[in-house]
Amino acid sequence: MNPKQLLLLLLLPLSLVVNAQSKVVTGKVTDAAGLPLAGVTVMVKGTSIGGQTAADGTFSLNAPASATTLVFSSVGFASTEQTIGEGPVNVSLSSAVGTLSEVVVVGYGTQRKSDLTGAVTSVSAKDFQTGAIQTPEQLIAGKVAGVQISSNGGAPGAGSRIRIRGGSSLNATNDPLIVIDGIPVDNGGVAGSANPLNLINPDDIENFTVLKDPSAAAIYGSRASNGVIIITTKKGRRGKTKYNFSAEVFAQQPTKKVDLFSADQIRDIVNQKGGSEVNKLGTAGTNWQDEIFKTAIGQSYNLSATGAFFDGKLPFRISGNILDQDGILKTNNFKRQTLGINLSPKFFNDQLKVDINLKVAHTKNRFADGGAIGSAIAFDPTQPTKTASARWGGFYEYLEPSNIIGAGGFIPKALAPRNPLALLEMRNNQSDVWRMLGNIQFNYALPWIKGLNVNLNVGRDEQAGNGRDYASDSMAAFYGRYNIGTSVGGKDSILNYGGQDNKYESFQINNVLDFYLNYASDIRSINSRIDVMAGYGYQDFQFINHFFPDMRADGTVRPGGIPTFPVDYPRYTLISYYGRINYTLAGKYIATINARMDGSSKFSSSNRWGFFPSAALAWRINQEDFLVNNKAVSDLKLRLSYGVTGQQGGFGFYEYIPRYSNSTSTAEYQFGNKFYPMSRPAPYDPNLKWETTENLGVGLDFGFLKNRITGSLDYFKRKTKDLLSTVPVALGTNFSNQLFTNVGNIESEGFEFSLGATPVLQNDFRWDVNFNFSYVTPKITNLLLNPDPRFKGVLVGGIQGGTGNSIQIHSVGNMPSAFYVLQQVYDMNGNPIEGVYEDRNRDGIINDDDKYIYKSPEPRFFAGLSSSFSYQKWTLSFVLRGNFDNYMYNNIASDLGVERAIFNPLGWLNNGSANYLETKFKNNQYFSDYYVQNASFVRMDNIGISYNAGEVFKKAYLVVSANVQNAFVITKYKGIDPEISGGIDNQFYPRPRTYTLGINLSF
Amino acid sequence: MKKYLKYSLTLLAASVIMMSCHKDLDRFPTNDNTSAQVYNSVDGYKQVLAKVYGSQALTGNSGPAGSGDVAGIDEGTSDFLRLFWMAQELSTDEAVVAWNDIGVQDFHNMNWSSNNPMLNGLYNRCFYTITMANEFIRESTADKAGGRGVDFNEIKPMRAEARFIRAFQYWVLMDLYGRPGFTDETTPFGGSVLPIQKNRTEIFDYVVSELTAIESELMDPRTNEYGRVDKAAAWALLARVYLNAEVYTGTAKYAEALTYAKKVIDAGYTLLPEYQHLFLADNNIGNTEVIWSLNYDGVRSKNFGGTTFIINGSVNGDNAEHKDIGGLTGWSGLRTTKNLPELFAGYPNFNLNALIDSRALFYTNGQSVEISDISKFVQGYAVVKFRNRTKTGGFGNDPERGFSDVDFPVFRLAEMYLIYAEAFVKGGGGSAAEALVYFNRLRERAFKNTSNNVGALSADLILDERARELYWEGFRRTDLVRYNKFVSAGYLWPWKGGAKNGTGVASYRKIYPIPSTEVAANPNISQNPNY
Repeated sequence: MNPKQLLLLLLLPLSLVVNAQSKVVTGKVTDAAGLPLAGVTVMVKGTSIGGQTAADGTFSLNAPASATTLVFSSVGFASTEQTIGEGPVNVSLSSAVGTLSEVVVVGYGTQRKSDLTGAVTSVSAKDFQTGAIQTPEQLIAGKVAGVQISSNGGAPGAGSRIRIRGGSSLNATNDPLIVIDGIPVDNGGVAGSANPLNLINPDDIENFTVLKDPSAAAIYGSRASNGVIIITTKKGRRGKTKYNFSAEVFAQQPTKKVDLFSADQIRDIVNQKGGSEVNKLGTAGTNWQDEIFKTAIGQSYNLSATGAFFDGKLPFRISGNILDQDGILKTNNFKRQTLGINLSPKFFNDQLKVDINLKVAHTKNRFADGGAIGSAIAFDPTQPTKTASARWGGFYEYLEPSNIIGAGGFIPKALAPRNPLALLEMRNNQSDVWRMLGNIQFNYALPWIKGLNVNLNVGRDEQAGNGRDYASDSMAAFYGRYNIGTSVGGKDSILNYGGQDNKYESFQINNVLDFYLNYASDIRSINSRIDVMAGYGYQDFQFINHFFPDMRADGTVRPGGIPTFPVDYPRYTLISYYGRINYTLAGKYIATINARMDGSSKFSSSNRWGFFPSAALAWRINQEDFLVNNKAVSDLKLRLSYGVTGQQGGFGFYEYIPRYSNSTSTAEYQFGNKFYPMSRPAPYDPNLKWETTENLGVGLDFGFLKNRITGSLDYFKRKTKDLLSTVPVALGTNFSNQLFTNVGNIESEGFEFSLGATPVLQNDFRWDVNFNFSYVTPKITNLLLNPDPRFKGVLVGGIQGGTGNSIQIHSVGNMPSAFYVLQQVYDMNGNPIEGVYEDRNRDGIINDDDKYIYKSPEPRFFAGLSSSFSYQKWTLSFVLRGNFDNYMYNNIASDLGVERAIFNPLGWLNNGSANYLETKFKNNQYFSDYYVQNASFVRMDNIGISYNAGEVFKKAYLVVSANVQNAFVITKYKGIDPEISGGIDNQFYPRPRTYTLGINLSF
Repeated sequence: MKKYLKYSLTLLAASVIMMSCHKDLDRFPTNDNTSAQVYNSVDGYKQVLAKVYGSQALTGNSGPAGSGDVAGIDEGTSDFLRLFWMAQELSTDEAVVAWNDIGVQDFHNMNWSSNNPMLNGLYNRCFYTITMANEFIRESTADKAGGRGVDFNEIKPMRAEARFIRAFQYWVLMDLYGRPGFTDETTPFGGSVLPIQKNRTEIFDYVVSELTAIESELMDPRTNEYGRVDKAAAWALLARVYLNAEVYTGTAKYAEALTYAKKVIDAGYTLLPEYQHLFLADNNIGNTEVIWSLNYDGVRSKNFGGTTFIINGSVNGDNAEHKDIGGLTGWSGLRTTKNLPELFAGYPNFNLNALIDSRALFYTNGQSVEISDISKFVQGYAVVKFRNRTKTGGFGNDPERGFSDVDFPVFRLAEMYLIYAEAFVKGGGGSAAEALVYFNRLRERAFKNTSNNVGALSADLILDERARELYWEGFRRTDLVRYNKFVSAGYLWPWKGGAKNGTGVASYRKIYPIPSTEVAANPNISQNPNY
């Protein structure tokens, strides 16, 4: 049974649940502007009977005859009660910003928004990015100040790089902690998974809460330095069963291609400049980029049911998603099926609330050989895609002569690019990945102490991935894996042809247990409210990695292809104690203290416990006498916070332990006639400990004119010490020349500004606009155990071209990964002069010592602007996103924009970057700052229009939408995309433009 | 119902207590070993000793690559031999390379800086091996071995070998970098005490004293397993160190050089009849000439450096005949300047079939002698001295023809003959007749007869003979420095100092710079002058 059938079967009986002895209550819910509100929960007060409003804001309930009052609630709006009278019950809900009732999900519980003291941003479903979005984090791209979300390219299902306030680390991770329904998940995926988050159905997500500063995040202690993103999925609701069906069809197109030479241009250049190379020219005219990319079609279907079983006693939500999407790179495909179940029953007069979530996802990836993109850029356009010969699958390949018997006189040319189409069509790498994320949470309000809740959350996140990577033995790229030997009585010849048939498989199991007590109470005698939480957490991450023999296409094993170990079980464990006190005086002075003790198996017993405290104060100025009656100011809060967070992610689990490992069977050493595995002590730091980040933040939240204008302004200063970084150590003092250790400091400073406004609010016209702007400058302040001003830094950022060339550096006084280059000298016309650089140290020699720090790949400023216009049934919305003062190393121009690249000295012709026409360089000038180019950009992430058709059928409501993602980019950068993580433009899977048509039907 | 609740709460509390077991925070990797597990048998010790030796041959613990020993450099270029070879050969008249890899052209241009990744990689690699040796020496004391129930008599020669390897690496550092940092088994792990820098004389004294100290503990010549060193290796290294003593310390020690060369010569080694056989895939079998080699195997000991680099690097991938000679594939990189073939009779019109000197192993088809563009492989004669072919014409072990079996000779008898001859000529005593005999033995093997024997020796003749006999074996830079020809304008070769016809460079370039990373990481280390 496929998931679709399963879902239907599960949904069928739900509609049969009907109440008896009741009256029908109907009505309509609107917002302050009079626009209908969908999805508002409508409950009969004092019962578990209720329902939700439809897309046009209307509802209809079978209420008991005795019912007198309805309670209306919805995220983002103030909860409202209304008496049931004669006729329909129509209510208008007011926006909840700044009101007492709105709650925000924070770590281990919820808090009233008014009580928040930290930089917390909550984004709920109504504000998500729209269109064909297949991975959750993209829903809030550009929506939150201080948060950068940038997809890792255009492959379907690809992940994103998420940075909150620019990241705080060098070699440990800069990814935020992601918590899904109370389960902190590991950022690493299993084999065959392009992105672990793509196993979460975006349609199941109710809300994101981003904890940016330590006042909020410190409750996650050792994992909070890069911020925390809490994802809450949609829950069941009491009331009549509601169904929602949505369907999207989308088409993706490459927007831009790398600017290369045409076949005729290459012929001209070679005829002009070449000698014997002229003979290598082909007669065809192939645009290799056109050959490998295509317009890709995708479709996605969601069906969900929300309601309650057993007389409303067992609220549920069941959802399913089916996605099938091709990549724009030929043969690339991504399929996903998900099933989500939520049950949220309550017992003992609602004293015991149980929340059960189960999400199951299955993805199938067909990965395209990413090397095809680089090959398509470099491959000679004068050559045809196919030849008349059947060899190499019929594809044209660069060859070199060979006398190997069985090779037919030629083998694929060593080190040359391979036909990009052959890479795509002759290799088949397919994976199957399952993820099951489930938890059960009990919240018991102890009847004998009012306000005291006991919480237990037990969860498990399990992922299993496996796949097979097959390449035909006539595929040129894998041809050299042949087995040459002497057959009986003959000469050396090929006994087995190459190719590849390899398996991969891995598992990940993440068990979590959290137990905490929460006490909240108003203490009227002193006009205070107190909210206290204390808890214990245990989390265990287990990984199972299988290793398989390296095989040829015919199933024979390559020499040394048997893995030394068939399986490995890496594992780490975290044990935590945490607590929070939130104290509010007179409804306007608020103090929060968070503390967490974390013990991690990644550190030795003397270092493994870390303590992470934070404290914050907030002043709700608008509650002061002089403002409380001010009509213009509806909200004004000043926040101040200080805290310490930690970092223990993104590196090996055993770095502190002295340990030896044996070499593989292909790296043994011969003594006598025997080969001995080499037993190698690994470098280790017995004193390894947490990286800690101190954070100081000041913020101001404001709301004016009944919160038609809201926003906040945040300033922060952050200092990371004991940075977990890989740095050179004094030679001879450890088992390597570089060590992963606690050394160095990074400081960053920044501010964020966000503003939301509703400039126009009329009966049939509404205009909303949201803007956010962020500035962040991280700076390395120390990198060595024994600081030395002569130390240039640690080279990072490997580039294409040559072996071991790096273009970036972590150095003291600069942003991480700044470009480290030679300063180009230009002629009078402004053209770069080949090989002429500033002799910056004036020693008469141009060498490494003349390199300098020039710009950074990370933007210092970034901004997002989203807006929507609603006129009657039409809504037009867009999201614009921009990065500023970020630079990119144009590696395609530096590697291929020179004569040497076209006339490859190893004996073939390449295509060249059209940049050659500007530089006329003969040889590669990899380190010229000429190639470090301004990549500031503004991207129209998303623009869409939707039409709310209202009730199109009996109780069925329809919304139709059309959407363009990545509509356009404005930038001076000449490469393929100004937004490439890491700042090195090279073999990038282009982000397509996506056109989506969607319908949403609720009934 | 409440009873159930209480019951389940109790159960819950219990499970919380159980799970809070902090012992779960002690985790150990599945497939790794603790030192107690490693050093519990002679075989265990031997596997660590294999790392001490193997860290000079391979790049890491996965073959051909995947878990490198040395950081901050592309793993494929991070092995000792490839880096040592580049530092000793690419900087001289014996070799040029076509590639653009970072730092490699600096060798020709003689403009390397303290950030040159190849020079830094070599320095780091030397210390990596020294650190491995220190660890082995620390763990192989009589007390430690005995305490683990391992027979110390078996461990003792291994311990001396580790000290030999360490001394060898210090020789490399002394020769190339002059004044390296210094660590031994007493250096505390973890950097609480930073290593100090020693000057060239101190390192010289240390190397000599170590080699002298372990002499008695090492196995007798030619009695140890293939691939492991014996007394003769220590003598050979002493001979080499003393030969260059004047460069290192300012005081010549030719008498000592001669003495130790003679000890090796008298230890029973004999020249292989065929010069070419020294550099073939099966040179590990029946090799009576090599005293110590770095060992490779195309299947079981492979990496992208070593003799795989020398062979693939020097073969033209576009030439099937050339590839057949090399026995592997071709990376089209390494050739020689004309200065090397000029030393052989018959230059410049080699007829490969009619070459008189069997050591002139050049490939000239399609190759020009002159080099106007270093990036073009066909400019400059190719060298086919190292070949992954067997004595009987077969191929190496790798069925994919990617990796070499050829073991790289570090010390061989021919060098000892030449040291004896040079030490004699330079006043180190010895016998004129013996010097001439040893010298002419190499000529006789080369020419297969005595008609090219010489009647008198001179220092310059010996330098030229060293080039003819030992080219591409990692000697040239040291030799040119000893003869004051490395930096001076008095001896030029194409592209020396970056000029087409060659140019002299500043004399401080006779030693390489200490890596800037090491100078920064260890405040006790200062940079060499002028870098």
